[in-house]
Amino acid sequence: MEVIFKVQRFDPESTDLVSHFQEYNVQLTDSSTVLDGLIKIREEDDGTLSLRCSCRAAICGSCAMRINGEAGLACNTKIIDVMPQDGSPIVIEPAGNLPVIKDLIVDFQPFWAKFKAVEPWLQPGDIQPEGEYIAPEEDMVHLAGVVSCILCGACVSDCTVLEVDDSFLGPAALAKAYRFSRDPRDESDDQRLAQLNEPGGVWDCTRCMKCVEVCPKGVDPMDRIMLLREKVMDAGHNNTSGARHANAFAKFLKNSGWLDELKLPVMSFGIFNIKAMIGLIPLGIKSQLAGKRPPIFHHKLSSAKEIKKIFEKVESKK
Amino acid sequence: MIDHDVLIIGAGLAGLRAALCAKEQGVDVAVVTKVHPVRSHSNAAQGGINAALTDRGDDWRDHAYDTIKGSDFLGDQDAIEVMCREAGDEVISMENMGAIFNRDENGNLGTRNFGGQREARTFFVADFTGQALLHVLYEQIVKAGAFVYEEWFVLSLIVRDGKCGGVVMMDIKTGKIEVVRAKAVILATGGLGRVFEPSTNALICTGDGMSLAYRAGAELMDMEMVQYHPTTLKGSGVLLSEAARGEGAYLLNSENERFMLKYAPEFKELASRDVVSRCEQTEIDEGRGIDGCVLLDVRHLGEKYINERLSQIRELGIDFANVDMVKEPVPVMPGMHYAMGGVKADIDGKTAVPGLYAAGEVACISVHGGNRLGANSLLDTLVFGRRSGIHAAEMVKSVKHLSIDDSAAQDDIKQINQLLSNEKNESFGKVRLDMGTGMKKHLGVYRDQSSMEKALELVKDIKERAKSIYVADKTKTFNTNLMFSIELGFMTECAEAIAASAIQRQESRGAHTRTDKPDRDDENWLKHILVTKAEESHDISFLDVIITDWEPVIRQY
Ligand SMILES: Cc1cc2nc3c(=O)[nH]c(=O)nc-3n(C[C@H](O)[C@H](O)[C@H](O)COP(=O)(O)OP(=O)(O)OC[C@H]3O[C@@H](n4cnc5c(N)ncnc54)[C@H](O)[C@@H]3O)c2cc1C
Repeated sequence: MEVIFKVQRFDPESTDLVSHFQEYNVQLTDSSTVLDGLIKIREEDDGTLSLRCSCRAAICGSCAMRINGEAGLACNTKIIDVMPQDGSPIVIEPAGNLPVIKDLIVDFQPFWAKFKAVEPWLQPGDIQPEGEYIAPEEDMVHLAGVVSCILCGACVSDCTVLEVDDSFLGPAALAKAYRFSRDPRDESDDQRLAQLNEPGGVWDCTRCMKCVEVCPKGVDPMDRIMLLREKVMDAGHNNTSGARHANAFAKFLKNSGWLDELKLPVMSFGIFNIKAMIGLIPLGIKSQLAGKRPPIFHHKLSSAKEIKKIFEKVESKK
Repeated sequence: MIDHDVLIIGAGLAGLRAALCAKEQGVDVAVVTKVHPVRSHSNAAQGGINAALTDRGDDWRDHAYDTIKGSDFLGDQDAIEVMCREAGDEVISMENMGAIFNRDENGNLGTRNFGGQREARTFFVADFTGQALLHVLYEQIVKAGAFVYEEWFVLSLIVRDGKCGGVVMMDIKTGKIEVVRAKAVILATGGLGRVFEPSTNALICTGDGMSLAYRAGAELMDMEMVQYHPTTLKGSGVLLSEAARGEGAYLLNSENERFMLKYAPEFKELASRDVVSRCEQTEIDEGRGIDGCVLLDVRHLGEKYINERLSQIRELGIDFANVDMVKEPVPVMPGMHYAMGGVKADIDGKTAVPGLYAAGEVACISVHGGNRLGANSLLDTLVFGRRSGIHAAEMVKSVKHLSIDDSAAQDDIKQINQLLSNEKNESFGKVRLDMGTGMKKHLGVYRDQSSMEKALELVKDIKERAKSIYVADKTKTFNTNLMFSIELGFMTECAEAIAASAIQRQESRGAHTRTDKPDRDDENWLKHILVTKAEESHDISFLDVIITDWEPVIRQY
């Protein structure tokens, strides 16, 4: 079958220094992948097209790129799954949130810098075992789910926070941090969790789920970040707006069965955070004018008791 | 010009292990790699790593014998002894550094069965062992602060008076060419899979190191021994690990028969790879195949077990063969997988060229002989990576840099300019494809005199064509087009060495199976074949196999 690719090209040595799209028609089969198509272009049609790719089997992590606007590995994306029905082209762009070097090749330096920032190596205690560390198989199987991350950068490409704030450590580095923090052999939790509690760390995720959607390996970075938040709070780091927000949320639900949206921002930011309080004024006025202001007197839901029971049950299990 | 004490080419398991160990010796170490370390091909290893742990009642001598028998008695037994004796410590070190191995019910390291072995001694991380180990070593390299030239491409080794004193390399990101002096250079550049089509190997496995060493005067040994893996997917050649059979998968023919029962009654599907591949090929050739394939069946293992231990393999089946192995068997065929041969090196990684070391798949320390056992390669990379790293670091303490200057890059610059100025002509892709399909056809699971002669003809033709290919990209930044064209030059030399060695061996042994000479001939051919570069073509020489304790016997599984 004939497939049309519309590929973003960029040549840093050209004079105009802008990217443009180029279309290619390629003959492929039902079982072909996007990478098969790009390699065919590169080998048979246009040798100037540059992309990274290597294993062809979704393990080396080289070929993450945007396919029809969403990050994925070219090698395990089948043409028939992404070819638009109406005959329009498959659009191929470089991974997002990283500077483009040439065509589909992006600069991974920022990615590796964040990877390194979480001190991604096992930090065991002083007592080295004779042989291997004894560790439960469940823990190892659980960690294998994170260790299967191939560092392809798909999650980073489509992370909506990184799009606006590049100080965020990002889903890949945080998933890596989780991997060590959850390792029964690692004893550096105190220091790791303190670092992750800082700005740019676990609290900067907005839970948009994009990383979970695009991860080709089912690593679920966002879920790992949420588990890290729990660990951070359990370790006693309760003094960030994120932690206070989570605590306030829980407190309201437990006591009244629903959120007191008037007090929630105050408790999250802290009443003495004058700047944040002033910042909230316009929002307050807007919601008042739109008739959306939460009630001044927060009342209990009739079913609040039941909800409280749920909380107590969960808390007693911890 | 830049100076380093030890320069390691390659950041797969062998290269990173060497770097870490050399660094621990307190010398100045740098690694150069054409892809980011974690993209190295070691990450593709799925099944596991072998070691006989004595506290589990296993014995390294049993491992050694299984390896020797697997090698069809072509492996050098002194080197195999070293590898098997040091295996346990290596696996434990990897665990201590952070590798998450699967455990048994007591929380100790667990094992699975692998081909050609009488004990379950393969340690594993689900079915992505290579990736898990590679990431751990990379983490340790980051921790140790070893310098890595990421995405730099080595063009040649610098040799003065027969000694290796550095490399010429190109920054892929900018096209800049740099001369690096090193008191020791360790080649850890991996395999040559792309010389064949299809192959389980990554697109970066282009035999660079073997060719670099060959040009520098080193010997290539056992090059005719090319492993065909029994379970690869048709078309792409993507591998389904032996772990599937290790966990109990069956091989079926078109008559739904577990055909391995008749060929290898004791080991069945888990006989050595060369044996299983031949049986499959025979079934296919005799008309009991399905579209050139046989079937790999794991359905009886159940979904839960498959998901826990073979999830990656299941995904590969879905992604690359449109088959969910939980529900249906998947068609597989023998596919080119591994080079047993390579740069001849001793148990400390030393090659015939002083200053030049080799470890990992690029090397032939001769632990795999005529056929490598599954899960022995990762072990080979770690044990001999470590040994060469330590040895090189020790050696550089007492030597000086050779007198080399920037003019050492002249020849490479000339060659690049030549390639860039070639007129419009066929591209590297076409030439490589013709080489790959031809090599597979003439030097497949079965070969004979006439097919090997054809292979030699093919190589001659390809070498000529490779010189005048057209490089469309003229830029300096990430000129992958140029890089592939240079790699093609490396590959043609590997192809030449493979074909030239194959035609020498007048018997069938291990992966080298001749239909016109079906028997093993221990009297005349307990020998390695060595190829060295000569002015126009190559020279051939022979070397006796080292036998310590285990005399060759008839090989049965
Ligand atoms: C699909 C698959 C599955 C496998 N499964 C197993 C298994 O389960 N168990 C097992 O024991 N073995 C297995 N093997 C074999 C094993 O993975 C390899 O033999 C081994 O990992 C090779 O490691 P290496 O360190 O020698 O080279 P590689 O990991 O291939 O690394 C080579 C390095 O050299 C660099 N390089 C190459 N050329 C240049 C150049 N010109 N300039 C600069 N840098 C260069 C590359 O960038 C790379 O970093 C498998 C192989 C494949 C293909």
